[in-house]
Amino acid sequence: MTDLLELAGVSRVYASRRGLIGRAVAVRAVDDVSLRLAAGRTLGIVGESGCGKSTTGRLALGLERPDQGIVRFEGEPMPAPGSPVWRRLRARMQLVYQDPLGAMDRRLTIATQIEEPLVIHDIGNAAERRDRVAALLRDVGLRPDHAARHPHELSGGQRQRAVLARALATDPALLVCDEPVSALDVSIQAQVVNMLTDLQQARGIAMLFISHDLKVVRQVSHEVAVMYLGRTVEQGDPEAIFADPVHPYSRALVSAIPVPGARRRERIVLTGDPPNPADRPKGCAFHPRCPVAVAACRVETPALQTLPDGREVACHLAPGTIRKAA
Amino acid sequence: MSATTLATVPPLPRRHARVPTLVAVAMAWIVAMLAVALLAETIRPYGITALDLRARLTPPVGFGGTARHLLGTDELGRDVLSRLIVSIRISLLIAFGATVIAATVGTTLGFLAAHFRGWVEQLVLMLIDFQASMPFLILALSVLAFFGNSLPLFVALMGLYGWERHARIARGLAIAANAQGYAAAVRQLGASPLRIYLRHVLPNIASTLIVSATLSFPEVVLLESGLSFLGLGVQPPMTSLGNMVGYGREYLTRAPWILLAPSAAIVLTTLSVSLLGDWLRDRLDPTLT
Repeated sequence: MTDLLELAGVSRVYASRRGLIGRAVAVRAVDDVSLRLAAGRTLGIVGESGCGKSTTGRLALGLERPDQGIVRFEGEPMPAPGSPVWRRLRARMQLVYQDPLGAMDRRLTIATQIEEPLVIHDIGNAAERRDRVAALLRDVGLRPDHAARHPHELSGGQRQRAVLARALATDPALLVCDEPVSALDVSIQAQVVNMLTDLQQARGIAMLFISHDLKVVRQVSHEVAVMYLGRTVEQGDPEAIFADPVHPYSRALVSAIPVPGARRRERIVLTGDPPNPADRPKGCAFHPRCPVAVAACRVETPALQTLPDGREVACHLAPGTIRKAA
Repeated sequence: MSATTLATVPPLPRRHARVPTLVAVAMAWIVAMLAVALLAETIRPYGITALDLRARLTPPVGFGGTARHLLGTDELGRDVLSRLIVSIRISLLIAFGATVIAATVGTTLGFLAAHFRGWVEQLVLMLIDFQASMPFLILALSVLAFFGNSLPLFVALMGLYGWERHARIARGLAIAANAQGYAAAVRQLGASPLRIYLRHVLPNIASTLIVSATLSFPEVVLLESGLSFLGLGVQPPMTSLGNMVGYGREYLTRAPWILLAPSAAIVLTTLSVSLLGDWLRDRLDPTLT
């Protein structure tokens, strides 16, 4: 069976100019990332801000074209953004935003906006669309009287539900959720996340779940990719990664998850400069902050290697791939 | 008693705030001006070129004049009220026509620049800079000198005035909308560019464009006055508000009513348009109620 979504060695480079007369600097937001996502599964992408999570999501949706590598959806290469084929493909893949208020047109009612994808893709007649909007509102847990409201008249959680209803209107096969609950209260987060997983199971949607919140990612994902400075550093089963992270960066991330009731575990606090994608360190990008870096880390960029348990790790010091320091 | 009174108070309508008095007055004035403009031929008491040589420079009623000429006459004995009525018609036609043309052209070019970026944007920006750096009077002068003067040409020429401001605003706001938020979201839904710009971006930035249009409306009236004063605008025997002001300037000390009547019409109309535009901007925004 072919994967629903495949990113094969994709890179995205932005040109950033510093100062008035500074030379343009190439910023590798995403660097040689390969991901696969099967129908109905969830791939979580975690990492700190600026690590290329959101760019990966945009590449997966075809909103941007990779500078290297290829994105395939249902086995077909992603068409150019804005082309008619690309526009038609929008019905099959949708994006859920971090900021639901910004993602909605504040002049239109909720019902109009949820109906919009159906109008755009010419699905059903007026009466059928009305019924579909009512059903979608029910599915995401909004009341029928919310339909006539404007976005600013809803709470944050309700707005995110409305954005979700709009994304689900065309029955997409792929949902890219870019920090979908980061802007919400913790209590609302849980509701929205549960609703998301319920809807996913009911409709068999594949999800690319981008977040910096490890707890949420662990709860929803079938597979997790940890990103650092545009590269995947560890990828695999979430239970394995969260129970026994191999890459030093994953270890630091996991140690930062607060555990209720437990005595404080050893907490790995990263030192050194926060990463700057415009000035990527030579060798392993993580070595300036890595507590266990050896000489080879400064010289050679580690490739992703498969561990015995099926996980992939990009570290010279990973067990089984250990190499003596030169 | 008080209980029954309370019970009969109807709930406040949620988004239908009362029209402020000043705005109501402004609206009434604009409606009156539009009615005058439409009915000019039937409500003017005299022809605009009809001379009453025995009643030259008659002051208005209340200042020593008679009811025959309510706003007095000029030095040829032409009825000021009749000329004012016809002037309002011509000036409103020019000002509204030119503002609509400028807003349409400017917004379209601004959207094109924001959508295509690249060389289209450079071209539009170059046109904007050219328009902004060129003294409009000189441009108008040369066009009118080459092509002669007719009312449609004059309206079209006035329409070239101020489009660059609309273009700048439309381009800037459209780029901002495309970069983040609702326009990007609708694009992501698969909407065509036409749908994004007409159904989402335009209504969202309409408030700013309306305010910009209400600012350029008085400017067009004043520009028309200036050109008419230079003899390049509306040609006699036709008359416009600016034409009347320019003409009445010579009689400012002896017969100020010739100049004051059209001046008052200009001030009141432009002020009303500004007030109405300001109020419309707030009303068109569902988040401000």
